[in-house]
Amino acid sequence: MGKIFAVTLALIAILSAVPIVMNYWGPPEDISTHGHAIDEQMKDTMYEAGFSFLAAQFILGLFIWQYTGRKKGDKLKTFPGGAKGLVIAALVLVGTEILALGVIGQKAWASVYFAAPDKDAMTIQSQAGQFAFYFRYAGPDGKFGGMHPDKIDEGNQNFFGLDPENDVDARDDVISGELGVPVNRQVNLLLHSKDVGHSFYVRELRIQQDYVPGLDLAVHFTATKPGRYEIVCTQLCGLGHYNMKAYLNVMSQEDFDKWLKEKSGQ
Amino acid sequence: MSDAAAAVQHHGPPQGFLRKYVFSLDHKVIGKQYYGLALVAVFTGMFLSWLMRFHLVWPNAAIPGLQWLSRVGAPGGVMTPEYYLSLLTMHGTLMVFFVLTNAPFAAFGNYFLPIQIGAEDMAFPRFNMMSFWTTFAAFLALMTAFFIPDGPPISGWTAYAPLSAVGPDAGPGLGWGQNCWAISIALFCVASLLGSLNFIATTLDLRAKGMTLMRMPICTWAWFITSCIALLAFAVLLPACLLLILDRIAGTSFFIPAGLVVSDRLQPHAGGSPLLWQHLFWFFGHPEVYIAILPAMGIVSHILINSMRKPLLSHKVVIGSMLSIGFLSYMVWGHHMFLSGMNPFSALVFSFPTLIITIPATVLTLIWLGSLYGSNLQITTASLFSLGFISMFVSGGVSGFFLAQPSIDIYLHATYFVVGHFHLVMGVAAIFGIFAGTYFWFPKMTGRMMNETLGKIHFWFTFVGAYCIFMPFHYLGLAGNVRRYSSFVDDFMAPLMPVHKFITIAALFTGAVQLVFLFNLIYSRFKGAPAPDNPWNATSLEWTIPSPPPWDNFGGKHPVVYHDPYQYGVEGASADFIMQTSPEKLPEKS
Repeated sequence: MGKIFAVTLALIAILSAVPIVMNYWGPPEDISTHGHAIDEQMKDTMYEAGFSFLAAQFILGLFIWQYTGRKKGDKLKTFPGGAKGLVIAALVLVGTEILALGVIGQKAWASVYFAAPDKDAMTIQSQAGQFAFYFRYAGPDGKFGGMHPDKIDEGNQNFFGLDPENDVDARDDVISGELGVPVNRQVNLLLHSKDVGHSFYVRELRIQQDYVPGLDLAVHFTATKPGRYEIVCTQLCGLGHYNMKAYLNVMSQEDFDKWLKEKSGQ
Repeated sequence: MSDAAAAVQHHGPPQGFLRKYVFSLDHKVIGKQYYGLALVAVFTGMFLSWLMRFHLVWPNAAIPGLQWLSRVGAPGGVMTPEYYLSLLTMHGTLMVFFVLTNAPFAAFGNYFLPIQIGAEDMAFPRFNMMSFWTTFAAFLALMTAFFIPDGPPISGWTAYAPLSAVGPDAGPGLGWGQNCWAISIALFCVASLLGSLNFIATTLDLRAKGMTLMRMPICTWAWFITSCIALLAFAVLLPACLLLILDRIAGTSFFIPAGLVVSDRLQPHAGGSPLLWQHLFWFFGHPEVYIAILPAMGIVSHILINSMRKPLLSHKVVIGSMLSIGFLSYMVWGHHMFLSGMNPFSALVFSFPTLIITIPATVLTLIWLGSLYGSNLQITTASLFSLGFISMFVSGGVSGFFLAQPSIDIYLHATYFVVGHFHLVMGVAAIFGIFAGTYFWFPKMTGRMMNETLGKIHFWFTFVGAYCIFMPFHYLGLAGNVRRYSSFVDDFMAPLMPVHKFITIAALFTGAVQLVFLFNLIYSRFKGAPAPDNPWNATSLEWTIPSPPPWDNFGGKHPVVYHDPYQYGVEGASADFIMQTSPEKLPEKS
């Protein structure tokens, strides 16, 4: 039975690796300026994890194959080097991996989170609520109107709780259910939650960030390829969670200007 | 053992049905009660996962009879999206608390820790009884949620605030359903605190003569370390749950900030922080992973040594690795929160120890592999499951490399990759530990052997089946398939549906195979071949006493320990194993 086990292990290990090696269901194409760093990091990790996985399964199988059903007289043997050798091996091998992945790999994280947004980045505010995203552009004055939770009235399309009667800044704010952005221009996205926790996830952008009630966060990115991409909520937010989506529409600057004008005319 | 300790611990033989089988003070009966409760919980949890997997693949199909479970949640047998989330919450809660904490730690630990150190019972038998019955009350409180009109909570087993805190405005199940959940978990914490205190006191105070700490078997060590972890972890979850309950019923605002508009209603709360809940929850939640896996590691090591007929390469290194895993488990909780909006610099602080924890885990794996080398491996169902555990632990462990890195977590967080990771490393691996322990110790616990043929059938289908279910989860995650969705309503997911179908079919099949185990368990309990005292030629103290053991374990005698726990294959000895209590002198090493 030891031999069957060994073969099963080898088969499982190989079959598990096939879809990854053949890239059947890999991540969609990256459309951001920072994404390639994350993709590289993932690839490096895949090599290291894949190697550890295959090596461990094969060695396990090999030893089970070799050391089951031995004859009575066969002597027990100790692994050359004993525990000490293995501890040193773990420290050196895994230690190097950790240094390589952990220290060098923080570059990708830093590019998203440690760098301040560019000065000319376009600021867009997004609000997540059960179960929709809304996006707000500051309009010609470049200022967002204040938000008043008590004035939120979805029936009258006042999703952000604006008060245009008393608040000059709010009058030219443009609200959209779709996130339109110009291509190759940095966007600084402010995240505000109306009710419970949500998350902003665009696979192609390699961006995922929670909306935390009571804590307004920001994340910045530059989209490099025009197109429509799905924005999904990834923080469990209630019964409509599976259907909480919006679209990211990456356009040329001209198309974007036109789009924004249309939106403000509504 | 001091006289005072003996006086607290000592109790007479049980009198009457209630004391014998229900409110028993006997750690062995309590261990079996925990095991029974875990068995009910695991089959319930598995059944819920069947329903969920079925709904994911055939969202509009009726599941016959489901309307009986909930008329609102499944009108005509077709599951609503919110009922999917209710089942998801219950599945996670049942499995993490009532199976993965109860079975490998509370059940086996209760039964075997006192025997393995040569004690008559736990240090505090009445506390022990109380901790089981409090756990049972927690279970009832949780199951009550099924009978509430709008069903169990939909906030997941992590119950993130404010979704879990603002009350029924936020959705179905978030009224009394969520209260049931919070009360259940608070009770569970109390029970676990009592239980782990008891384990610690027992290990430190009641060891037999000659049983030094380093002579304790690896599984005893694992239970001891686990109880230290549990004592600190549940001590944080308990107040967190109490604060959540206060937010929900007393109008406080620990986890709820100002200005939230839920269901068009401005919530009457101000000043709280949703991140506070996440920190408290994961401060418990990450050590909880090790509460599930450390006992399994201990059990598997204990069994493997017996099956290999030789000790592990180093007893001390194994214990040291488990200790460092326990210690590090407290420094990594933030890796669940990389994208939660906490200071991005802290992500690096949490990422580093998370990666470091790979070192003791790798040491353990290498020690298992290195010890297999040159061994005389006996294949039994117990050893098959132990070897399967190593395979599963490695497979689930390597995906941790990805998730420990915040930059990769940006892409993989909240995808099926995470689901695949924790199901393999914490779920399947720990359950393999439970299975191994069951096949190994069943003869001691019941006095009868389990059927090995059925056991091997169970193993092969479970081993291959578990890989078929959980390996594809990683592929889904790499493609960006997000978790906790009750159905996938867009074109993006269409190419992934065949993978989902494959997983569902594998899950239905592998789940059904567990009935073989259940049958074997019940059949062998009554019809199995009678078990000798030491069927596996093992060395530790549980094999020195009759199967099943008498109520006071050692029949009034006080065992004396002469050896390290694993004297297998000692050259020049009279047999290929020397029991810990055997006065035989070890031959001098040449």
